[in-house]
Amino acid sequence: MGGQPAATQNQKKTAMIKEQRIILKNAGRIDPMSIEASMAAGGYEGLKKALTMDPFAIIDEMTEAGLRGRGGAGFSTGMKKKFTSRGCQECPRRYVVVNADEGEPGTFKDRVIMEQDPHLYIEGTIIAGFSIRADKGYIYIRGEYHDSIRKTERAIEEAYRKGFLGKNILGSGFNFDLEIKLGAGSYLCGEELTMLESLEGKRGNPRIKPPFPAEKGVFGMPTLVNNVETLSNVPLIVRHGKDWYRGLGTERSPGTKLFTISGQVARPGCYEVGLGVTLRQLIDDLAGGMKDGRPFKAALLGGAAGTFVDDSMLDEKMTYDNLREKGATLGSGAVIVMAGGDPVRDLLYNCLRFFKHESCGKCVPCRVGTTMLVREMDDLRNGAPAKQELLDRMVREAGLMASTSLCPLGQSPILPLQSAARFFAGELTT
Amino acid sequence: MSTQLILKQFAPEQHNLLMILHALQDAHPQHYLTEEALEAAADYLNITKSSVYGVAGYYTMFSLKPRGRHIIRVCVSAVCELMKSNGVIDLLEQELGIRTGETTPCGLFTLEVSECLGQCQEAPSMMINDRVHNNLSPDRIREILEAIRRQEP
Repeated sequence: MGGQPAATQNQKKTAMIKEQRIILKNAGRIDPMSIEASMAAGGYEGLKKALTMDPFAIIDEMTEAGLRGRGGAGFSTGMKKKFTSRGCQECPRRYVVVNADEGEPGTFKDRVIMEQDPHLYIEGTIIAGFSIRADKGYIYIRGEYHDSIRKTERAIEEAYRKGFLGKNILGSGFNFDLEIKLGAGSYLCGEELTMLESLEGKRGNPRIKPPFPAEKGVFGMPTLVNNVETLSNVPLIVRHGKDWYRGLGTERSPGTKLFTISGQVARPGCYEVGLGVTLRQLIDDLAGGMKDGRPFKAALLGGAAGTFVDDSMLDEKMTYDNLREKGATLGSGAVIVMAGGDPVRDLLYNCLRFFKHESCGKCVPCRVGTTMLVREMDDLRNGAPAKQELLDRMVREAGLMASTSLCPLGQSPILPLQSAARFFAGELTT
Repeated sequence: MSTQLILKQFAPEQHNLLMILHALQDAHPQHYLTEEALEAAADYLNITKSSVYGVAGYYTMFSLKPRGRHIIRVCVSAVCELMKSNGVIDLLEQELGIRTGETTPCGLFTLEVSECLGQCQEAPSMMINDRVHNNLSPDRIREILEAIRRQEP
């Protein structure tokens, strides 16, 4: 089924791109419920090699490979490990926490990994534990992801059976236990400090930082918090080396990224490509073009806590730094595609309503601000007078919220709001 | 299973509170946390009732009032709305004769909405208890409801 190209005018000539599957290499090809199938496809080879290495050398390998957190912020994974490894030397324990609380609208990449190749990220978690000398890990999975939970449970059981978890792993003297914790329907708990509160059995209110988790995380101990996709890269880098990894993607954003493309495209789905492809290539070459021949209008990149772009951004390289320089964001890798006729104002309203629903209420500017923005957006949709002034005021208010809220939730509404105002002011104010 | 048996599956430490609340709620035929269950959890973990209630009230997956045997959760996040989840809710309200947030008088269905269920490649989506249903069309929704009604006594 071929779709309509994203835009036919002013199109640069580029070669057709293909998926570059390293994380999803085994996805859909092996039985995710069988550790033997995983091992036959190279599973746990990275762990075997890692256990013969110096833990600090593993951390250096991650830093030099240029791996950056795939949860949204894009921070250097090696640096994070280094800080955690060195944080609070007198503390008796260290922990790894796997952020599997995927809840950003339009994002389902971690679910694909957990459902189709759960051993990959579990192997990455064990290696991460070894590298920072932790002896315990928690996987915090959102409560709605039943299939991911079931497959992860099974994978952990099998990893114990094979001696990849537990005491004296493969005779190395390294002990590591892994336990699943379930979320219960709070988007905010995907934020790393809030997740730690939830892990401790409390309400999902964010913590003040510093201290960062590397110094004082779960139960007050140094904690490495990494996303499922990030950890899935770890065994591959250990196995194939940093040079191999740097050969993928771009100089400043090495490796691949899982993009989840949804909305008005012919073939919505989860696609893995080297960082640096363009939005047009994602839509036309991977997602089969626009659905039903409708023209491209906009994309919301990174989910609700993301940015709207119009067709002027179709040929920008999708890397952390390039998008940031252009006032957009890569975020979690969500690409929500809108076609001509889809109202940006409705999707923006949906994002603002989402933040209002998910605000925990701890910081007043966020608690009041998210409610105010929804009310003002209502007015904007329902024919308030002086719409441009109202829109300007909303952007100012969201900016104030961003500078006075503790956690990323209060800092997020400015992203879709300001970008929608930038590209679609005409539609929002008429 | 009795409340005490469920509690004993977990170490009496506060970090197990969410897991305990999930287990207690799943064990109740009306999928909710009774006052007795909350009190038992507080006693077991040796923490205040208010902190247990605070957690139970905070997380949207926990309910403090009785619900139906089948909980329908329709995704209303960005992608599903773009792909017309409003129509899904309208149709369900019509078919079930209840509004969002309500339970059918027979106790079979509760209709709720949910934020992103992570099924965006096949939107619009909903979950009924543990099962995900994607690519929803009016016919498909009617079929799903009918199948559940048929298997109930």
